[in-house]
Amino acid sequence: MPSKPQVPGLVKGLGVTFNTMMQTIKPKKFGGGAATVQYPREKEAPTARARGVIALREDNCTSCMLCARSCPDWCIYIEGHKELAPPRRAGGAPRKVNKLDRFDIDYALCMYCGICVEVCPFDALFWSPEYEYSEPRIADLLHDKEKLGEWMETVPEQPELEAGAEKKKK
Amino acid sequence: MIAVDLPYWAQSLLRVLGGTVAVLLPAGTIVYLFLFKMMSFMQSRLGPMEAGPYGSMQLFAEVGKWLQKEDIQPENADKSVFKMAPLVVLLSTFLLVAAVPFGPDAYFTDFEAGVFYALAVSSISVLGILMAGWSSANKYSLLGGLRAAGQLIAYELPMVLAVVGVVIQAGTMNFQGIVLQQNTGSIFGWDGIGNPYILTQFVGFFVFMIAVQAELTQTPFDMPIAESELVSGYMTEYSGFRFLMFFIAEFATAGVFSLIASVLFLGGWGIPFSWFGWTTADSVDNWMNVVGPLIMITKMMALAFIIMWVRFSYPRFREDQLQRFAWKVLIPVSLVNIMFTAILKVAF
Repeated sequence: MPSKPQVPGLVKGLGVTFNTMMQTIKPKKFGGGAATVQYPREKEAPTARARGVIALREDNCTSCMLCARSCPDWCIYIEGHKELAPPRRAGGAPRKVNKLDRFDIDYALCMYCGICVEVCPFDALFWSPEYEYSEPRIADLLHDKEKLGEWMETVPEQPELEAGAEKKKK
Repeated sequence: MIAVDLPYWAQSLLRVLGGTVAVLLPAGTIVYLFLFKMMSFMQSRLGPMEAGPYGSMQLFAEVGKWLQKEDIQPENADKSVFKMAPLVVLLSTFLLVAAVPFGPDAYFTDFEAGVFYALAVSSISVLGILMAGWSSANKYSLLGGLRAAGQLIAYELPMVLAVVGVVIQAGTMNFQGIVLQQNTGSIFGWDGIGNPYILTQFVGFFVFMIAVQAELTQTPFDMPIAESELVSGYMTEYSGFRFLMFFIAEFATAGVFSLIASVLFLGGWGIPFSWFGWTTADSVDNWMNVVGPLIMITKMMALAFIIMWVRFSYPRFREDQLQRFAWKVLIPVSLVNIMFTAILKVAF
C-alpha cells in the first residue's frame, strides 16, 4: 500500500533549502554567511585539542622506544646512545643518560591515532593543531627531531583533563 | 510590424545566431546561477569563487576542461550511433526553441500548430538517449537508457494532456495566438492583468511543471542517471565534448521548457494589452520586440528557479513510484482537468 504523499512535508522541505539559501546570501555583518570558509584566503582556527601534528619535546625523551613499538604503522624511528653525565652530587658516580640521535615521524605513514602521545611516560610527545605541512615530495613528510621540536611552539596550553587533575606540562 | 525586408541568407543567419543564443545563453545562465551558485547557497556554501568575480568565469573553465578531454569510445560501442546520440539530444533542444515566440515579430517560426510541434520534437531527445544507452555497450548505460525511455514516455502523456487544457481554453494551437489570448483576455470583465492561464489552468500548470521536471530528468525524477545505482546512466561512457553536449542539452532544455511553460501559462512575452490600448497582434508597438525577450527571460528564470529549487530539495523516487505517479496520479488528474475545461468552455 503506497503511503499518501506528504504535501506539508514537501513544502516544509522546500522551505528548509530556501531559508538556508537566504541565510547564506545574507551579509556576514547581519549574522549570515556560509558554513564554509574560503580556505587559502581565510582559515578556520582548529580547536585546541585538534590532532594536526605531533610535536616532540626532546629534553623529556629518554628514547625508551615505547612510542615506536606501540605505533600501529611503524612510522616512528628512534636511535639513541648512552652518555655519561656529571653526577648530581659531588663525589658521586657519573650518571648514564640516554641521548637521542634520531627521532623521525613519517607523516606519510602516520594515521594520527595518537597512541604514541598516550603511551609516552615522560610527556615528550604533544598534539599540535597545526595542519599546514603538506609537501610536494613525499619524502619531505619525514619530520626529523629538529622539525618535530619546532612544532612545540604551536602546541597550545594543555587543558585540565578533569577538575583538580595535574595538567600535562608543555 | 517591422517593415524591414532582409534577404533570405540574412534571415537564415539571424535565425541561426538567434537560435544559438537562445539555447546557449539560458543554459549558461541556469548552470551558473542555479547549478553552481543557488545549489551551493542551499547547502550553506559559496560555490565557485576563484574564476572571475564570484566565480562568474567558472563556466568557461568547465567548458575548457571538457574540451581538453580525450574523446573516448568503448571498444564494443556502435561507433556511429554512439557519436550521433548527443547531437540528436541537442537537436531536440534547438528544434524546440524554434517554436517559442519572444515578441510580436521576434520569433523563429510561427507554426499554426506550434504546441503540437513543440510536444512532438521534445520527444526526439528520447531517441538520442536510447541511442546513447544502447550503443555504449555498457549495462549501466543500457539500463539508464531504458529507464529514461520509460520515464520520458510516461511523462510525455501528462504533459500533453496538461497542455490540452490550455489549447481548449485558448482555442488555438498557435503559440502567438495563446499569448494574445492571455494578454487580451479579462477576468470577469477586468483586464488589468490580462488572463494568464495559470489562474484558470493551475492544475494544468502544476501537472505540466511536474512533467517537465521528469522530462528533464531533474532530481526527484532522475532515475535514468541515478549516480548511486547506474554510475551515470546513459552518459556513463561519454567524455569530453560529447558529454558537454549532453550537459548543455540538459540545461538548455530546462530553459526552453521554462520558456514554453511561460508562454502557455504565464502570458509569454506580452504585457496586458489594455495597458497600452493594444487590441490585436498588429497593433502592438515595435519596442515589444526588445522588451518581450526580456520579459520572457525573466519568466524563464523564475520557472527555472522553481525547477532547480525542487531539484535541490527532494530525494529521488524509486522506479516503480515514478511510473505509478505518472499513470495513476498525473494522467487522471490532467484528464479531469481537460473535462472541466471543456465543460466550462462550452458553458461560457
